Amino acid sequence: MTRMGFFTDTSVCIGCKACEVACKEWNAIPDDGFDLLGTSLDNTGELGASTWRHVAFIEQPSRPVVDLGMPSLARLPDGSISPASASVAPVDAEHTGERADFRWLMESDVCKHCTHAACLDVCPTGSLFRTEFGTVVVQDDICNGCGYCVPACPFGVIDRREGEPATVKNAGIAQKCTLCYDRLGEGLEPACATACPTQSIQYGDVDELRERAQKRVDALHADGVHDARLYGESTHDGIGGLGAFFLLLDEPEVYGMPPDPVACTSLAPEMWKAAGIAALGLLAGAVAAFSGSRR
Amino acid sequence: MTVPGHQELRVAEAPMKRGGGLRRKSKVAGGKRRDEHQMVPDATFTSYYGRPVVKASPWKADIPAYLFMGGVAGGSSLLAAGADLTDRPELCRVARVGALMALVGSLGALVHDLGRPSRFMHMLRVFKPTSPMSVGTWLVSAYAPFAGLAVASELMPTWLRRTRLGGLIDATATPAGVVAAVIAPTVAAYTAVLLSDTATPTWHDARGQLPTVFVGSAASAAGGLGMLGPVREAGPARRMAVGGALVELVAAHRMEHAMGLTGEPLSEGTAGRLMQASRALTVAGTVGTLVLGRRRTGAAASGLALLAGSALLRFGIFEAGQASARDPRFTIVPQRERLDARARQEAATRDVLRG
Amino acid sequence: MAECHPVGFQWVMEAKARGAKIIHVDPRFTRTSAVADQHVPLRAGTDIAFLGGIINYVLTQGKDFREYVVAYTNAATLVSEDFVDTEDLGGLFSGYDPETGTYDTSSWAYEGLDPAPASGKREMDEQPGGGVERDETLQHPRSVYQVLTRHYARYTPDMVAEITGVPVAEFLAVCEAVTANSGRDRTTAFVYSVGWTHHSVGVQYIRSAAVLQLLLGNIGRPGGGILALRGHASIQGSTDIPTLFNILPGYLPMPKVGVHDTLAAYLASISSPGRKGFWANADAYSVSLLKSWWGDAATAENDFRFDHLPRLTGDHGTYQTVFDMNDGKVEGYFVIGQNPAVGSAHGKLQRLGLAKLKWLVVRDLQEIETATFWKDSPEIETGELVTEDIDTEVFLFPAANHTEKAGSFTQTQRMLQWRNKAVDPPGDARSELWFTYHLGRLIRERLAGSTDPKDLALTELTWDYPTEGKHDEPDGEAVLKEVNGYDADGLVSGYTSLKADGSTRCGCWIYSGVYADGVNQSNRRKPGQEQDWVAGEWGWAWPANRRTLYNRASADPDGKPWSERKAYVWWDETLADGAGRWTGYDVPDFELDKRPDYRPGPDDTGVAGLSGDDPFIMQADGKAWLYAPSGLLDGPMPAHYEPHESPVRNALYIQQANPTRQVFKREDNLSNPSAGEPGVQIFPYVFTTFRITEHHTTGAMSRWLPYLAELSPEMYCEVSPELAAERGLEHLGWATLTTARSAIEARVLVTERALPLRVGGRVVHQIGLPYHWAVGGGGALVEGDSANDLFGVTLDRNVHIQESKVSSCDIRPGRRPTGAALLAHVQGYRDRAQITTETGNQQSRPVERGEMA
Ligand SMILES: Nc1nc2c(c(=O)[nH]1)N[C@H]1C(S)=C(S)[C@@H](COP(=O)(O)OP(=O)(O)OC[C@H]3O[C@@H](n4cnc5c(=O)[nH]c(N)nc54)[C@H](O)[C@@H]3O)O[C@H]1N2
Ligand SMILES: Nc1nc2c(c(=O)[nH]1)N[C@H]1C(S)=C(S)[C@@H](COP(=O)(O)OP(=O)(O)OC[C@H]3O[C@@H](n4cnc5c(=O)[nH]c(N)nc54)[C@H](O)[C@@H]3O)O[C@H]1N2
Ligand code: SF4
Ligand code: SF4
Ligand code: SF4
Ligand code: SF4
Ligand code: SF4
Ligand SMILES: [Mo]
Repeated sequence: MTRMGFFTDTSVCIGCKACEVACKEWNAIPDDGFDLLGTSLDNTGELGASTWRHVAFIEQPSRPVVDLGMPSLARLPDGSISPASASVAPVDAEHTGERADFRWLMESDVCKHCTHAACLDVCPTGSLFRTEFGTVVVQDDICNGCGYCVPACPFGVIDRREGEPATVKNAGIAQKCTLCYDRLGEGLEPACATACPTQSIQYGDVDELRERAQKRVDALHADGVHDARLYGESTHDGIGGLGAFFLLLDEPEVYGMPPDPVACTSLAPEMWKAAGIAALGLLAGAVAAFSGSRR
Repeated sequence: MTVPGHQELRVAEAPMKRGGGLRRKSKVAGGKRRDEHQMVPDATFTSYYGRPVVKASPWKADIPAYLFMGGVAGGSSLLAAGADLTDRPELCRVARVGALMALVGSLGALVHDLGRPSRFMHMLRVFKPTSPMSVGTWLVSAYAPFAGLAVASELMPTWLRRTRLGGLIDATATPAGVVAAVIAPTVAAYTAVLLSDTATPTWHDARGQLPTVFVGSAASAAGGLGMLGPVREAGPARRMAVGGALVELVAAHRMEHAMGLTGEPLSEGTAGRLMQASRALTVAGTVGTLVLGRRRTGAAASGLALLAGSALLRFGIFEAGQASARDPRFTIVPQRERLDARARQEAATRDVLRG
Repeated sequence: MAECHPVGFQWVMEAKARGAKIIHVDPRFTRTSAVADQHVPLRAGTDIAFLGGIINYVLTQGKDFREYVVAYTNAATLVSEDFVDTEDLGGLFSGYDPETGTYDTSSWAYEGLDPAPASGKREMDEQPGGGVERDETLQHPRSVYQVLTRHYARYTPDMVAEITGVPVAEFLAVCEAVTANSGRDRTTAFVYSVGWTHHSVGVQYIRSAAVLQLLLGNIGRPGGGILALRGHASIQGSTDIPTLFNILPGYLPMPKVGVHDTLAAYLASISSPGRKGFWANADAYSVSLLKSWWGDAATAENDFRFDHLPRLTGDHGTYQTVFDMNDGKVEGYFVIGQNPAVGSAHGKLQRLGLAKLKWLVVRDLQEIETATFWKDSPEIETGELVTEDIDTEVFLFPAANHTEKAGSFTQTQRMLQWRNKAVDPPGDARSELWFTYHLGRLIRERLAGSTDPKDLALTELTWDYPTEGKHDEPDGEAVLKEVNGYDADGLVSGYTSLKADGSTRCGCWIYSGVYADGVNQSNRRKPGQEQDWVAGEWGWAWPANRRTLYNRASADPDGKPWSERKAYVWWDETLADGAGRWTGYDVPDFELDKRPDYRPGPDDTGVAGLSGDDPFIMQADGKAWLYAPSGLLDGPMPAHYEPHESPVRNALYIQQANPTRQVFKREDNLSNPSAGEPGVQIFPYVFTTFRITEHHTTGAMSRWLPYLAELSPEMYCEVSPELAAERGLEHLGWATLTTARSAIEARVLVTERALPLRVGGRVVHQIGLPYHWAVGGGGALVEGDSANDLFGVTLDRNVHIQESKVSSCDIRPGRRPTGAALLAHVQGYRDRAQITTETGNQQSRPVERGEMA
């Protein structure tokens, strides 16, 4: 079976959040709290057990607040102004009427369905598994909520759902995007990709998507959008490539993603070696503690 | 699943300062803004509204307690076996019982920490070498029966001791204890891998030294526990305690300083306070052991200090990791440096090739 | 558009990918701006100045598509000598009556002839017919072209910048982009929605775009047009088959008392004898409608029961009705799929009005604020309403939602799309069709046998729809068939088959053909990839499945495409056995066999009166109107007026605001002072209201749903960092916004998307308020103050739409007072601003000598 995944082209994302909502609808995910976060139009914040798609909003760049040096309506004695008669004061163009280089980035984030998926590697129960589509999925009935996958994920994707199992669906177990495993099996596309109006989320064969992504980034470069870059498409990164990769318009960390992620488990041999040496050291130390001593 | 060929990606101990323009200095995206000139250079990184990149583990106090008790159990089984073989029944008894109690406690903590405790046994449906937790579970599963068997003879009521079964149990105690003792160091050491094999910056970056710190701490704690028994048989326990404590202190120091940025959480905030208290207790326990170790109360006080010091060390390291995960700086800055260093290297290579 | 029509916006993104340049003109930086090539922030309420500036640019730079303009518009037509422009009257057109605040529009007429407007006539005055005079050189000083040029002469880039706050360079960039992308080979489309309509000069905003697009030759051609994005799913349908008081299905006017006493008088007013264009067939459309309603009871002898139609006695629009309610003149009220307590301007007025009703029927999906005003409205908190004292009996009916019933939606392209029922409605929830049908049935059962003449309109009604299922749900397709129309042989194939002799019936002439060939054409779903790019086999568009109106204009006067690239509909001599025929990708919006060189004889009237190069077939002169000699109540050409409440003086004219705007001088509808009036500094900030993708209108369909409510959980206001600094507002803190009507509170979002504008060397701060929140209602997951509580009621006279896109206010940090203290807080503002019922409500200012701008 070919590996299936996402190419998320953030350059055409309009931040409509249809993907977030479609994901919640399809997967019957509980709400994630009603909090105004003040982070642009993002009141979701981050991916988590009850948010498998998250649309990030970034307003750039910050401009310092300066006194505009002009009377505003509120500062005038009678408050009214008459544009035709007013003498045109020198105005700092940067701060009125024009917004040099201002941009509003939007990006729909999701589980990366890593080639080397640390979450899957560390899962002690085998709950996390690799499907026939090459995706990484939690089996709700196997997971015992050990929580190990949570700190293992280099992208902060997977999380354990809080709440009482009696009242909250799948409480106490790890939850994340399934890449709509239950839809793929039926020949459907993932709910989020289906809902996305602008094809910012493109679903398909990962190899084919990589080609498409490269073409897109080339086209953007040709159009003068030099900030465009791919993230996670390379099989040479610390993850061996992402099953869900991105076209970004700024550094990954701007969107809340790690600039150079590495699957922690790739360093496991080194860790086990150090632990082995330490264990032997302990054994030796114990022996030493008794040696040369009689009763 | 392991990934070959990624060793070159290890964190380079590059200088903190990084190139990069204003772009990166814009700090958190959106929202508030602050005067760029006020920012210290190493804080110039970008994040998404200051949100963490990786998730802190959902673990609570159960896990550091588990780490601690695992260490105590492991160290104690070694002590017990040694005592048994060198004919120190009092020490052997204390250590065996201590190992059992720690084992039971640690398993309790582990189960309690699960989101679905009733599914604890799901851990045993598979053996996954890539999962330190799976490996650990199997190690503990291998270790527990022997440790249990070893202690059974100590806990047998007198009537049972007189039966044939009692005799059998008695006879297996020593071999069982030896087997337990052989597995024990791995029980004490694997927990370091458990923490390091995550994306939690401080734990992950501690991977070189952490096992040493943990086994030192295990020895120190187990020795401290052994010192709670009669003083006359506790010589090896004292030696183990002092040796372990010294290893722990030195290794922890080296670890913290080798880590650079991601070592910072070890000396900051709650984690920093825990580590400081741990250090103080361990030093006090060590000095106490050396000076007052042969006196009953002195030994007990020193042993308790070492135990507490070891426990606080696990809590400290645990907290430091959690804190490092919650602050995006610890994820982003080292990765950025790594990328930049690689870019510099590539540029240099290009230059060389061109030249 | 990305915010409110994200699904439709995919085509904009696709166009962008194919090289289209997207320009977004909006006071606020929205999701649309984020992906646009250029965002042009302007001061709310100044688009006529902006568009007028582009018109001026086109005219002065000679950038108009001259052949198109001469052939297809009324540019060459001469205007009556009696017409006097705003330039000479300080911002008024000739014919203004300061007493009534209305125009006598007779002086606006063409020299000689007075054509009627395309959309039939509603309350608008009628004009007699005649013949027009034209000067195809466009040089005659009274040619429309010259009148227009003079009218916009002062809309210079500098003036545009002064008024709108758009810097000259940015404005010129738009002018260049639009003109460079128009002509034979290229077309530019304008897309608008309620940012252009919710104004006291809303209709003229659209007119401005029409004038500009006609000058550029962008109407009736592919990729051109002025696209109105609509609101609720079938809001287009609800104007075609209207829920409006002043029109009948298919834009036939509602008869007026005393004026339209007979069918003949009525028909004559739509299209006078001898008039040209398709409205000449209004008799067939009207009679077929009457036949559809009263069936066999409607005969030629009884004027086809024309007298069963009610007659208009004045304005019965929603706002007038609410004032009447407050005055105790309205007993009962049906609220179906609407939430006026939150969605209509001046929330307090709405809710106090509801409390004066005897009964109120609310049919909705949720227990909305309109249904619970009696127990939890803000006025209960302030003590203005006391539950025990309210006599209104409220009937709340659960409604079936769109997935729970079959029916059609008509969208912005006039396209009907049939929707099948997916699931049964829960519990007692029923469709509107069910409710209306059974209500009618029960009433008719009660009236059966009545001989009272006033009951005949009901008892004679054709009310015989087949029903199905355990709830006797009427068959929606049976209704659609009635809408399509029948003749003696069955379903008709289109409106050209309709007759005025009573032999045909048709529920809505423009929809005729939707059931052609006995097939529900609106239920066609042939995928786009399986047909040509016009995709005429998806759904069905009125009229006659045309996707682009007036598409004869896509070919030149000789019937050839203006360019290969923009070929759409053309005359093909080889067709029809050499007789020639119109053909193309779309259904030609023209008589198929009328040759381009056809010229009517002097006695030809109606459709035959139109030339072969008159594409605008609904117009009496076959031309598109740059200058509207009739049909509009506030001027033949758009002129910039300041909003009703504006702290900025009109830089162009002495006349500050639209002199014909409908004002309501009442104690319960006070206005903020505007520039030139005392107290204006008390309300120094401009604010606008808007929607976000996350919510729908009053929130009934979003604040009740967790997946939407969590995406934007609290009422907020968008302010710039500069305004935040000026007023001490803190990000995520609270702010209180106050107008002459009320005060509301909102969380503060300080964002650089909000940009202060320079207007005449001064800074204008604009505040953005989403209007999706309210307090009260049963079961909403999130609540907040309602932006509509800030507005008063002032309307555009043409269509009675409220000015809810721009107003003035004050903003202060902190939460608003509650209870009676809130009333005192507002009264304090009124006192300081010296507000009376006269404040802001002077429709016109007497022009003093020497004051001409
Ligand atoms: N998600 C969502 N979609 C919706 C709706 C919804 O509530 N939520 N509502 C539906 C309905 S009923 C409707 S009518 C449509 C409305 O669709 P839109 O008209 O797109 O909606 P608004 O956000 O009300 O107004 C659009 C923009 O007008 C701007 N604006 C305000 N004043 C002016 C002005 O003077 N000039 C200009 N150029 N712009 C101005 C505002 O800043 C705002 O960004 O959306 C429909 N679609
Ligand atoms: N300040 C300000 N005010 C505005 C606007 C603005 O931009 N600014 N926009 C204006 C515009 S364009 C509009 S359209 C109005 C909208 O204002 P309203 O129409 O008053 O508000 P909605 O919330 O859209 O009301 C629709 C109701 O219909 C219910 N409903 C949905 N489907 C069905 C159904 O099938 N049957 C029945 N019976 N009920 C159903 C919903 O639950 C909801 O309560 O607001 C207007 N008010
Ligand atoms: S992104 Fe995280 S949760 Fe998803 S597959 Fe990779 S490691 Fe697992
Ligand atoms: S929480 Fe569940 S999915 Fe995650 S590692 Fe543990 S058992 Fe596996
Ligand atoms: S693929 Fe499915 S589960 Fe994953 S984010 Fe999309 S909708 Fe949600
Ligand atoms: S649905 Fe598509 S366009 Fe909308 S937010 Fe998600 S990715 Fe962006
Ligand atoms: S809600 Fe319906 S009408 Fe509105 S954008 Fe979505 S699909 Fe289109
Ligand atoms: Mo609307």
